[in-house]
Amino acid sequence: MSVVAEATAKDTRARLPIGDLRVSTVLAPIAFGVAVLGLWELGVQASGVEPFIVPAPSDIWREVLDSSDSIAKGARVTGTNALVGLAIGGVLGALVAHAVRVVDQMTVPVVAAASVVPIVALAPALYRMYGGQYDTTRMLVAALSVSVPVYLNTLRGLRQVTAVHRDLMTASSARPWQVARVVTLPTATPYVFTGLRIASSLAVISALVAEYFGGPVSGLGKSITTSVSSSNYPLAWAYVVGSIVLGLVFYVVTLLLDLWFSRHHPEP
Amino acid sequence: MTDLEKHPTPPASTGGFATPPAIEVRAVERVFGKRRKQVVALAAVDLTVAAGEFVSLIGPSGCGKSTLLRLVADLDTPTAGDVAVFGKPARQARADQDYGIAFQQAGLLPWRTVAANVGLPLELHGASGSERKARVAELLELVGLADFARSRPDQLSGGMQQRVAIARALAERPRLLLMDEPFGALDEITRERMQNELVRICRETGAAVLFVTHSIPEAVFLSDRVVVMSARPGRIVDIVDVPGSSHHRTDDVRDDAGFFHAVATVRGHLHGAPTDAAPGSDTR
Ligand SMILES: Nc1ncnc2c1ncn2[C@@H]1O[C@H](COP(=O)(O)OP(=O)(O)OP(=O)(O)O)[C@@H](O)[C@H]1O
Ligand SMILES: [Mg+2]
Repeated sequence: MSVVAEATAKDTRARLPIGDLRVSTVLAPIAFGVAVLGLWELGVQASGVEPFIVPAPSDIWREVLDSSDSIAKGARVTGTNALVGLAIGGVLGALVAHAVRVVDQMTVPVVAAASVVPIVALAPALYRMYGGQYDTTRMLVAALSVSVPVYLNTLRGLRQVTAVHRDLMTASSARPWQVARVVTLPTATPYVFTGLRIASSLAVISALVAEYFGGPVSGLGKSITTSVSSSNYPLAWAYVVGSIVLGLVFYVVTLLLDLWFSRHHPEP
Repeated sequence: MTDLEKHPTPPASTGGFATPPAIEVRAVERVFGKRRKQVVALAAVDLTVAAGEFVSLIGPSGCGKSTLLRLVADLDTPTAGDVAVFGKPARQARADQDYGIAFQQAGLLPWRTVAANVGLPLELHGASGSERKARVAELLELVGLADFARSRPDQLSGGMQQRVAIARALAERPRLLLMDEPFGALDEITRERMQNELVRICRETGAAVLFVTHSIPEAVFLSDRVVVMSARPGRIVDIVDVPGSSHHRTDDVRDDAGFFHAVATVRGHLHGAPTDAAPGSDTR
C-alpha cells in the first residue's frame, strides 16, 4: 500500500511578494505624492516665491523635458560609476566576509565603526591620488560605501547555516568545498543580495556626491552644481529629479534581485 | 492470528564473525561541559543492535537519546567507551556511508527541488547523473511522492517533507538507519500511516534501525526491542522485547493483546524510572 498523496501540490509559482501587493498599497502613496505636488504648485503660484528659493513643479518638469538629453547623459555617467562601484564593492564586501569569517566577532565592530566614517569625505584626497580627469575616484567612493553593508549582510548570511544542515553534511562526510557549494553559499546568497539592495541607493548617492568634490565635468552631481552656480535653479532641480529616478532604478532592480534570490528561503 | 503471536526468531544480537552487529555501543559515557557545570548526558551505556533489527529508544526529555544517536552517527564523540558500527569505529562507518540519518526536523535544503534533495547524498559521493536519476525516481516511488519530484520543500506539508528526508536517508541503500523523532511533528493519523510505511520500507530494504521516539505505542509497534532510558545521568533502565517480527506489523497489531502488554511493560519501566523533571516532561 502506498501513501495517499496528500491533497494536491500547493501553488508552485516562485514566490515574489509582488503578487501580494494590493491596489491600495500602491494607490495610497501615489495619491499622496500627487497631492503634495499639487499643494506645492499652488503654494508657489499663490505666494509668488522666487524660483531660486523654490521653483514650481511645473517649471521643473518643463526643464526636465527640455534638458532630457543632458539629464540622460549625466545619469549615464553617474549610473555607470555607481554600477561599477556596486559591483566592485559587492564582490569586495562578500569576499572579505568569507575570508574573515574566522575572526568574525572581532571584525564586526571595526567595520560597523568604519561604516560611520563618511566615505565621500575621502573624495578630495582620492582625486589627488588618482587625478581629477578620471572617474576612478567616484567609482572607488561608491565601492567603499557599498562594501560595508554587503560585508555585514554576507557575514550574517554565513552565520545562518542551520545545525541540522551542518549535521547532514557531516553525516554525509562532505568535503569542505562541498559544504560551501551545497549549503553555505546558497544559504548566504540571499543575504548578499539584501546587502546589495541596501547598498544600491548608497552607491548612487556616493557616486553623485563625489562629483561635488572634483573630477571631470560630467555626471548629475556636477550638473547640479554647475546649474546652481549659473543661477539656473529649475535646471538644477531637473537634475535632482534625474538623480531621484536613477536612485529608484538602482533600488528597484536590486530589490527584484533580492526577492528572486530569496524566493525559496524561509522568512529570516 | 496476528503477527504478534507468531513469535518468529528475533534476529540474533550476538553478531558472529559472518555479520557483525549493526551497532555495538560499549560502556559509553558522554559528559558535556566542564567542572561544576558538567552534565552527564550518558553513563555506562551498553547496547547492541543486530543487522536488520529495529530498536527504539524511549525515555524522558533530556535522558540522552539524541546524544546516543549522534554518537552512533559520529556527529559527536563519547568521553569514554567505544561505538562500533558494523564492526568498524563509528568514524570509519561514517566515512564509508554505512548509515542513513533522518533528523527531527526534516532538514531539507529549501532552494533545491525534492528530487535534488533526495539525490544529495548520491551527488556528494559522485554517482553519475543517470544513476542518480533512476535511484531518486525509485526512492520517491517508495515514499509515495513521485508526483512531487520537481516541487520545492516549502510547497510540501510537514509529513511529506519528513518522507523526503527519509527517502534521502535511504538513498545509498544503507544497512543502518538512524532516526531521531522523525514523526514528532506529525498528527496522529499521518503518524500511523508513516509508521506503516516505515515497517514496509524496513521489510523491503532489510535495514537495521535505531529509532528515537517519545511515543510508547509507536516504539512498540515499530520495534523488535524497545530500550527504556532514564535521565540524570542518562542510562538504560531496561530493554523490552516485543513479540513478533517488526517486519510483519499491520494496523491489526495495534488492537492486539500482546501489543497492549508490551505497551504496559514499557510504560511501567518509564514511570518507575526517575524522570529528570517536572510535570509535562514529554512521555506520551
Ligand atoms: N551540545 C551540548 N552541550 C551541552 N549539553 C548538552 C549538549 N547536548 C545535549 N546536552 C545535554 O545532554 C542531555 C541529553 O540531551 P539529549 O538531547 O540527548 O536528550 P534527549 O533524550 O534527546 O531529549 P529530548 O527527548 O528532549 O530530545 C541534556 O541534559 C542536555 O542538556
Ligand atoms: Mg532529542
